[in-house]
Amino acid sequence: MSISTSRSDTEYVLGERDRQIILATQEGLPLVPDPWGELGRQLGLPADEVLARFQRMQDAGVIRRVAAVPDHYRLGYRFNGMTVWDVSDDAITDMGRKVGELPFVSHCYRRPRHLPYWSYNLFAMVHGTSREEVEDKASQIQAVLGTTCQGHTILYSSAILKKTGLRLRKS
Amino acid sequence: MSAATELHQAENDFTELERAVINRLQTGLPLVHSPYAAVACELGVTEQALLHTLADLLDRRILTRFGPMFHAGEMGGGLTLAAMRVPEPDFEKVAKTVNSFGEVAHNYRREHELNMWFVLATETPEDITRVIGEIESATGYPVYNMPKEEEFHVHLHFPV
Repeated sequence: MSISTSRSDTEYVLGERDRQIILATQEGLPLVPDPWGELGRQLGLPADEVLARFQRMQDAGVIRRVAAVPDHYRLGYRFNGMTVWDVSDDAITDMGRKVGELPFVSHCYRRPRHLPYWSYNLFAMVHGTSREEVEDKASQIQAVLGTTCQGHTILYSSAILKKTGLRLRKS
Repeated sequence: MSAATELHQAENDFTELERAVINRLQTGLPLVHSPYAAVACELGVTEQALLHTLADLLDRRILTRFGPMFHAGEMGGGLTLAAMRVPEPDFEKVAKTVNSFGEVAHNYRREHELNMWFVLATETPEDITRVIGEIESATGYPVYNMPKEEEFHVHLHFPV
């Protein structure tokens, strides 16, 4: 889930070599002692340049980090609850920040309503090893929202249909 | 990718080294020369043991990926969350169709009237509307677009 805060005010423009590096690592970073050198050999670039470009892209927020993405179900986090809340528009920014500060909330966003089918405008993702754990966390969110919230529900995921992560297309 | 990956049974018998690798590598590899050696040193193991454990966790699909996590928005692309209401008899077929779009990065079945939720990542922001239109024509069902309007927090970490 590679959605992140933007840390830069000016947008970083990807160079052709950045694109090559991204395309070469979409499946993963080489698992060898010198991954930058290995990528450099594949792309015909010096290892130092590969590393420097990674650093710049990470500083610019194009890359959030170079990290392991677990299958959270396999780690025991079997209950993945997307908690969604109908928060009054004048309170949402303030409330969103407060909910986002709760340590167990992994993602928190304001999204549009689709009335009459969908009245929830605040999304907070919560994970747990049991349904009770997710529900307990949801009630803590409810306590924060108080009277600014007119309704909520929890959408549990029951299957991963696809999980490939974000990809740059080979264009 | 198969249309539906059923939820796996959780594994509770990780070795100490596996736990350490899973926890440490979720937070990010240092961008230094010999980065695996640097992490191995932090964990007090050999570089070879770290690389072997990492490869094994990937083979067993406990880790789905190890590499740079890209931010589509920062790359100048489009990104959104979308949902569909799919009748049960059609669910498998629609999942297959939706998953066949390269722009669909993740797709989850969720227990709600809106039962299919997926993330779309496109090369340009304008592509989002086009791809949503294509998914609607290919499946015959409406797609509800729910792009983020404000972001309050993102930090995904699963300690084991």
